[in-house]
Amino acid sequence: MSGRKAKGFFLFAAISMFLISLMFVHASFKEKNSMPSLEEKRKIVKELELTDLCLFTDARYTRHPSMADLNTPFQDHPMSLEHFPSGAIMPPSSHLMKNEMD
Amino acid sequence: MIELINIRKVFNMRRPNEFVAIDSVSLLVESHKITVFKGPSGSGKTTLLSLIGCLARPTSGRIIVSGNEITSLPERFLTEIRRKIFGFVFQQFYLIKGITVLENVMLPAYPLGGKYSSLKEKADSLLALFNISHKTSSRIEWLSGGEAQRVSIARALVNDPLVVIADEPTAYLDTKLSLEFMEIAGRLKKVGKTILIASHDPLVYESDIVDRVVEMRDGKIITREKSCL
Amino acid sequence: MRWINRQRNILDFTLSSLLRRKGKNVALLAVYTFIVFILASVVFLTSSLKKEACLVLQDSPEIIVQRTVAGRHDLIPISYMLVLKEIRGVQSVRERLWGYYYDPATGANYTFVVPKDHQYGDGGVAIGNGVARTIRADRGDIVPFRTHDGSYMSLEIKEIFSSESEIISSDLIVISEEDFREIAGIPKGYATDLTLYIRNARELPTIADKIKRALPDTRPIIRDEILRTYDTVFDWRGGIVMAILSGAIMSFIIFAWDKATGLSSDEKREIGILKGIGWETSDVILMKFWEGVVLSFSSFLLGIILAYIHVFFTSFALFEPVLKGWSILYPEFKLIPSLDVYQIATLFFLTVVPYTIATIVPSWRAATVDPDTIMRM
Repeated sequence: MSGRKAKGFFLFAAISMFLISLMFVHASFKEKNSMPSLEEKRKIVKELELTDLCLFTDARYTRHPSMADLNTPFQDHPMSLEHFPSGAIMPPSSHLMKNEMD
Repeated sequence: MIELINIRKVFNMRRPNEFVAIDSVSLLVESHKITVFKGPSGSGKTTLLSLIGCLARPTSGRIIVSGNEITSLPERFLTEIRRKIFGFVFQQFYLIKGITVLENVMLPAYPLGGKYSSLKEKADSLLALFNISHKTSSRIEWLSGGEAQRVSIARALVNDPLVVIADEPTAYLDTKLSLEFMEIAGRLKKVGKTILIASHDPLVYESDIVDRVVEMRDGKIITREKSCL
Repeated sequence: MRWINRQRNILDFTLSSLLRRKGKNVALLAVYTFIVFILASVVFLTSSLKKEACLVLQDSPEIIVQRTVAGRHDLIPISYMLVLKEIRGVQSVRERLWGYYYDPATGANYTFVVPKDHQYGDGGVAIGNGVARTIRADRGDIVPFRTHDGSYMSLEIKEIFSSESEIISSDLIVISEEDFREIAGIPKGYATDLTLYIRNARELPTIADKIKRALPDTRPIIRDEILRTYDTVFDWRGGIVMAILSGAIMSFIIFAWDKATGLSSDEKREIGILKGIGWETSDVILMKFWEGVVLSFSSFLLGIILAYIHVFFTSFALFEPVLKGWSILYPEFKLIPSLDVYQIATLFFLTVVPYTIATIVPSWRAATVDPDTIMRM
């Protein structure tokens, strides 16, 4: 019973930090393991000439954000609230904001 | 040995409620003896004990403890002296609720960086000394008045102080427990400790084991009676 | 050694102290862990998605030329290809045919794509796993699609993309040019956009400029821009993240308020006792420090671990409603964890440091009381 509580806390911290280091190990392991699937995806992107991840299929400009034109997200009014929840996650691409004529 | 030279303590200086608690006290306290400070409430005896015990600094004057002048010491050194030399038993015990008796006794020693196991050993032996080992793991709230007092004394002794200061120790105790307290004080004196007690309880200041009674009134010492034994 | 023991001893008392008000402190721990959990989940999800996008899309076309009419993406005439081929540095130009298809029966949106070589000829399609799930179809099934003039075209499912590739193929329907033009109503002579491959990557910006000048009603989109699009996923300026962050900050302020309104009289009394029995101001501050650290560090550790499990083992199940939004077709994919020490360190500093400071600072005054306060309590 020597400083049992303090020991308990240190033990908890040590175990947690060990688990966190395991997380790093797991992450790097997964990374190596995912090579084949990554190759497959790259192949599809190359063959089909794709430009976007399929994340948000609710609207055109959320499905292909890199292809979106300035108007679509702001169809009603530039200040109008976003219709689609995904639009709140994915703001318009930076290249849309660039000056057209440089 | 503790020497007080022209000690003066004023509270709330330069304010409308300015109050002179101690007014020019000079005193020599002998070691290994029991000294009782007697007087009505407001006489300044509690304040005097807090000055001797390094809980506060005097407004003016000097205090010398074992040859070291402590009045001009910076905060940190003062605290160190206090920790090493003095053990306090408070009138209302002031034990910390919600934690065990054992932890309460060990508390004053925690910041000093001793090994937990040796602290525990010391605390255990003190609790055994005062016959409350059976309550070691109990919560403070479950103790009787007498048990709480004994825990409070054990706590005051955990750092092996040279001087034990008790402020109105019998204020909340019945006769039996008051006598028990004086008996413990006697034991501590036998092992070489210096005991300072502030009390207006005759049971205390008229006790046989008391070596000296210092009477105070309105912040001054009025008589220096020696009770001879 | 003394120093270590001092820390351990004071920590021991701090823990006893916290355990005294078990209910309150467990609740605090739970809420703070939850905050860390949400924040960490967002961080993990975002960085993994960004990494995935970066890796997977690196073979996207180098330049895509899109025509805009009245500011909107419109069909591009094939004749533009001749103009583009003339630009020095352009290796090849190809017409790209793709578009959306809304399926009223399911409410889902699919993406049609016409590949360079369509293996299955007219009448055959390859579909993404998400499509197969949505229409509950299998290889060999015949599926009707509404064409631009109101009639129906039946197409046979020749192949289904693997579930491994869902993040890129989930809603795709790979179709022949003839069939697509029929369904979409895109006349010959027009394409959705044009893709360009160039000889020297460094000439990209120059070529992009030339394209804009040669064809003023088009806008070139370069690969770099495509990749950077995904940098803004879960950008803090995006509504959802702002909402989450605000929530987290609000909760934190509530905690800090609880601490900052000063200590309760009980706590003040206790500090008075500690000072009276020999504790220095620095000892009391140290105790408060450990109090802050115990709670926030524990929350941090638990939150991080739970977040990792949440994002990479349950496929961020709690965020699903948010990510799904109003889509009917939602890709099912497992993200590859992308962790870095920098992220974890930032989270640590954002969660542990402020809370610990919020615990120490309000106690400062109480910690500096004179030791003789105990005599006057």
